Amino acid sequence: MRSRIFILIALAVAAAFFGASQLVANNYLFFAGYTVLQFIVLATAWNILGGYCGYVNFGSAAFFALGAYSTVFFHKTFPMPIPVLIVLGGLVSGIVGFGMGYLTLRLRGSFFAIATLALAVVLQTLIVNWDYVGGSRGAYIIRPNTINLAGYEIPYIEYLFFLMLALAMFAIITARTIERSRLGFGFATIRDDELAAEASGVPTLRLKLIATTLSGALMGMAGAPFPYYIGFLQPQSAFALDYAVNSIAMPMIGGTGSWIGPLIGAILLGTIQQVATVTISSAVNVLIVGVLLVAFVIIAPNGLVGLVQDMMRRERR
Amino acid sequence: MTGPLLHIDQVSKRFGGFVALDGINLDVAPGERLGLIGPNGSGKSTLVNCICGTLQNESGSVTFDGRKMDGLAAHQRTILGLARSFQLPRPFHSMSIADNLRIPLLYAVKARKGKHLSAEELNIHCVEYLRLVGLDHKAGRRPRDLTQVEMRKLELARAMAAEPKLLIADESMAGLSHSEIEDILKLLMELNARGITIILIEHIMSAVMSFSQRLVVLVSGRKIADGNPAEVMRNPEVEKAYLG
Amino acid sequence: MDFPLELLINAIIAGVLLGGFYVAVTIGISIAFGMLDIVNIAHPAFIILGSYLAYILNAQFGIDPVLVGLLMLPVFYVLGAAVYQVYYLSFEKRGQEALRGLAFFFGILFITEVALVLVFGVDYRYVEAAYIGPAVHFRFIDLPYRLLIPCVLALAMFTALQLYLGRTFVGRAIMAVAQDQGALSLMAANPIRIKRIAFGISIATAAMAGAFLIIIQPVEPSVGREYIGRVFAICVLGGLGSLPGTVIGAMLLGIVESITATFYGPSWAPAVSFGFLLLTLAFRPAGILGR
Repeated sequence: MRSRIFILIALAVAAAFFGASQLVANNYLFFAGYTVLQFIVLATAWNILGGYCGYVNFGSAAFFALGAYSTVFFHKTFPMPIPVLIVLGGLVSGIVGFGMGYLTLRLRGSFFAIATLALAVVLQTLIVNWDYVGGSRGAYIIRPNTINLAGYEIPYIEYLFFLMLALAMFAIITARTIERSRLGFGFATIRDDELAAEASGVPTLRLKLIATTLSGALMGMAGAPFPYYIGFLQPQSAFALDYAVNSIAMPMIGGTGSWIGPLIGAILLGTIQQVATVTISSAVNVLIVGVLLVAFVIIAPNGLVGLVQDMMRRERR
Repeated sequence: MTGPLLHIDQVSKRFGGFVALDGINLDVAPGERLGLIGPNGSGKSTLVNCICGTLQNESGSVTFDGRKMDGLAAHQRTILGLARSFQLPRPFHSMSIADNLRIPLLYAVKARKGKHLSAEELNIHCVEYLRLVGLDHKAGRRPRDLTQVEMRKLELARAMAAEPKLLIADESMAGLSHSEIEDILKLLMELNARGITIILIEHIMSAVMSFSQRLVVLVSGRKIADGNPAEVMRNPEVEKAYLG
Repeated sequence: MDFPLELLINAIIAGVLLGGFYVAVTIGISIAFGMLDIVNIAHPAFIILGSYLAYILNAQFGIDPVLVGLLMLPVFYVLGAAVYQVYYLSFEKRGQEALRGLAFFFGILFITEVALVLVFGVDYRYVEAAYIGPAVHFRFIDLPYRLLIPCVLALAMFTALQLYLGRTFVGRAIMAVAQDQGALSLMAANPIRIKRIAFGISIATAAMAGAFLIIIQPVEPSVGREYIGRVFAICVLGGLGSLPGTVIGAMLLGIVESITATFYGPSWAPAVSFGFLLLTLAFRPAGILGR
């Protein structure tokens, strides 16, 4: 499928989705939907570095929180419309991703993974001790009730939902474009055999830096609107381990080989978690994610997409 | 150009207390067919790794095509025209055989030429290299579907696809039948006729003797002989190293 | 300048004692990661598990926590061997340990923490023993028993392990498998079995470390997370695969953390270890005594 056609289809799906949400007009769905869309972005972003290149990032929460806290910072310093904040959040996280990559990507993948854990904790400690953005007490961002767009008064949560929908589409289109490009090929060689990739002329360090920066930037963009969504931002909620687990579990359960896996994983797990939080408890729902992650990683390493592919291959014979 | 294509000057490499290479001096002329032999553990693969940038030598220098290679990453050396096959095949498992060959074309050759190859050009090149090693009938398969011998051929084809000036073939013939060895030798001779300098690292003496214009012997990290193959084999030190 | 020398000296001493404890915490990772190349980031989860077991047996039956640790050694050994078997069959054999193995351990870390929260809640738990509280006083130097005893026992455990690795056949086989798995299999020892034993030992040390932990400080489920950074920081700082390096790294980290906490406040302590880790990885990944 040519990329242009794909983009048109994606836009059509998104528009249909948005239109349907207008008909239902249930506020809760917007809140829940925002969370799922956010996970789509995080899972897709994680997969660019994790699934395509094979480098595990345990610190997704760090990049997400950087985006959120850059919003808080700018909100206090120089208020700006959210789309601009999204771009800024992406820039901040992208730069940090680049910096961290520069320091650690020359080492083995396992060292990089450990370094990402370290980064999350260091950043959290820095933020907790930084009073301008609220420190450990947290920061309030008053979310207006509505926003005026092109003459229409739209409920703010719908506006946020729409922004996150656009961001999710952007993430998916980016991932798919990369997959089919020379860059994506290069990423795959890094995952398969980095030494052989170097010997074949692939500039592995440069590509890994691109992946880390892009992945971090996308996560930061997902975090930028979060303070408006949640109203009160505390380090515990921004840096919550949930983000790290989910951004790993969703691509691994969905399938790390392509953009479809994180999408499926995010929708499936995101929905399960929303249901579980409401019906059972929020601690149990997070436990479910952990158990599913371990189970899938052992039993179905190629995720749901892999299982479907295996079934199709068997039917063909 | 005048002067050697590859100039190795007092290259040494240690691993902790173990000296893998001890002051290696070696020149390879453009268009030459060099054979490199030595007992297991003599440092042949370490030397290849230092030449190609997979490892960095502690002292001494490697000069290729008039340029010093010190500090250059492996991919940069490949772009400049150095290619090698790995002793233990290292294919890209998640892609087809044809795509394995597309990688050096997409990266090494493209960086060198500075422009993109079209999809058709890529296909043509891939098929050509696959046909040269006799793997074109398996172009769409994955590396896991190949036999050990076929994987070695793929390894060689991938090195060739980088369109190098100097190709280092690291024990590509182990386990091959007599006719398969002949095929590989014919292929290497053909590449050499096209102007590619070749360093052949092998244990199969008949292949090395028939192929090499010059023979170098490495023992315990030191070069103990360098010259005409027949004369080198008559060298008493070489006899001692091989026959004990 | 009125420099509080006594404060500094006490901070350093506390750091050394803490460092001894950190040896117990880290030695499991030195074996698993340093020697077997298994990135077991769930190691702190096993330690916390050990702490909670010590808590339960101490609260219910009044058993001394150190004794609980000793009793749990064989239990944790079996647990470690079982975990390795799953890890080997699912990942190592298929060559997938880079991505999936890591995710596996991460999942275990996570599941353990959340399960503990569900069962025990987030309240801090502690143990009661005769030596928690009193301290030895030596002029201005304070040596709390609750720090001193774990430190001494930890160093004893370390010495025992060093002897085991150096003197017994299995121990030397473990050192060999760290260097060259292929050569080991030629010596008619099954590398998989050796690795299983080694990993079992690694997790067994967590039982003792968990007991030590809850003696030193009250424990709640998320405490494990602070230790991930410490453990890997010490391992990398000391040099992978070097057990003596672990001791040096542990002492160094303990002292720096203690001084930071004393003069700048405890909220900066986690950043110290993780900051160390990042700096070491960036500038000297081989560590102090690394190979």
